[in-house]
Amino acid sequence: MLLPRHRGFVHPIASDITPRPVFEARRALTFAALAGLAAPWSARAQPAAVRGSPLAGTRSPVPGAVTMDKPTSLQDISTYNNYYEFGTDKSDPAREAHRLKTRPWTVMIEGEVRKPGTFGIDDLLRMSAMEERIYRLRCVEGWSMVIPWVGWSLAELIRRVEPTGNAKFVQFVTLADPAQMPGLRSSVLDWPYLEGLRLDEAMHPLTLLAFGVYGQVLPNQNGAPVRLIVPWKYGFKSAKSIVKIRFVEQQPPTSWELAAPQEYGFYSNVNPKVDHPRWSQATERRIGEGDLFAKKRPTLMFNGYEPQVGSLYAGMDLKKSF
Amino acid sequence: MSRLLLRPAVKPAVFVLALLPFALLVHGVLTRTLGANPAEALIRSLGDWTLRFLCLTLAVTPLRQWTGWHALARLRRMMGLYTFFYAALHFLAYTWFDMGFEWGDIVRDIGKRPFILVGTTAGLILVPLAATSFNAAIRRLGAARWQLLHRGIYAVAGLAILHFYWMRAAKHNFAEVAVYAAILGVLLGWRIWKALAPRYFMKLGSHNAKG
Repeated sequence: MLLPRHRGFVHPIASDITPRPVFEARRALTFAALAGLAAPWSARAQPAAVRGSPLAGTRSPVPGAVTMDKPTSLQDISTYNNYYEFGTDKSDPAREAHRLKTRPWTVMIEGEVRKPGTFGIDDLLRMSAMEERIYRLRCVEGWSMVIPWVGWSLAELIRRVEPTGNAKFVQFVTLADPAQMPGLRSSVLDWPYLEGLRLDEAMHPLTLLAFGVYGQVLPNQNGAPVRLIVPWKYGFKSAKSIVKIRFVEQQPPTSWELAAPQEYGFYSNVNPKVDHPRWSQATERRIGEGDLFAKKRPTLMFNGYEPQVGSLYAGMDLKKSF
Repeated sequence: MSRLLLRPAVKPAVFVLALLPFALLVHGVLTRTLGANPAEALIRSLGDWTLRFLCLTLAVTPLRQWTGWHALARLRRMMGLYTFFYAALHFLAYTWFDMGFEWGDIVRDIGKRPFILVGTTAGLILVPLAATSFNAAIRRLGAARWQLLHRGIYAVAGLAILHFYWMRAAKHNFAEVAVYAAILGVLLGWRIWKALAPRYFMKLGSHNAKG
């Protein structure tokens, strides 16, 4: 029997090779563990920002889609996350999200549409031209970032599946797999995480289906492989790792509204004049801006997107529909 | 062990050890290794250390009795003062890095967030305790009054755990709160038992004598 001569790096089965994000996440985990051993009572060690495969987008022509604010570093964007499926601490997702398998991945479209169906992640990646959009992100907790997302308007997908006249709202269902997501053991929220928009909000050109950030595929902790971005609403409205989009006639339940209806409303538009019952929403801390002594910024109505989206809420009492 | 604790080097060693968390936080600020939100990391870490030193302070007397290492008593005042030290820094970090010394906003914030009111109250109770921690104050007040005043630490323990519980309630994240509550529960429960048990047994004893 002839054995092939050794020719350097030969691997019979491609899937046996540890993918780059996985080994990098492992490496980050190892370093984090070592740093943790070295200084158990200092502040938590920061894992390195995960570097993914490239995913380029062209500068978006949509009005308001490219802010002039200075983008937050990828390091901060990928290590300071609220993604409770991987733990409630902000450093948990960067440590735990390497468990998430983002391929194969499908998004099911169902409900009040003429063309329901299931789209693979590769179909979605090819569906429309990738755009880079630099959006402000305001968390309901009082901090903000500026993030260069890569993706395309959700409206592109909605037009393709042809909503019927009964479709008034869109519900987003996200992944809830205990085998991949250690945070599901906690009872913070009812899983799966649910979000929703009015159809006209979902159709707005600023509403983004994002696949990447900083010209590369989304790190898992940022909601890979596909997530929603609604820049004029508090961050929790922008559901991560979406597996199902449902078109419905009645306003759908959302996770935070179910958990604390007096604190989190369906709309959750960024609004400095409507406080959260337990804290003020008038100002925000911009992550990475200045040092410890940096002043907070005033929060802007609709997170600064009022010229683009204000008309969606004409005549509504935003104190009642918070 | 008790003899080891009586060595003159013990106090300075514990003093330096207790300063270590503070030194590491300062180091973290200077090297920018406190993560994406250093203000939040600093405030929370100082709060954690306040709670830890509070547990240590309250553990001195029970440990002394369980182990017979009576020399531990030499460290109690220092632990109490470190509790105050970290509590004061915790409050300073909140008013400075979170609120930018905007006192109007701080007053409104205290009204809006009950957990901050509770924490502030606990911190205020610590002030007279720290201020009367030297020997002359004990003489001036008289031991009985001094002891009564310093029982305020039990109220601080209750308020501190409520402060931590309320702060974590937003995320229903109570695992760590339960650990501190259990420790403080044992330390305070032991004191209640010590105070009540002798009376109870004495009563039993007198009944038996009559019977």
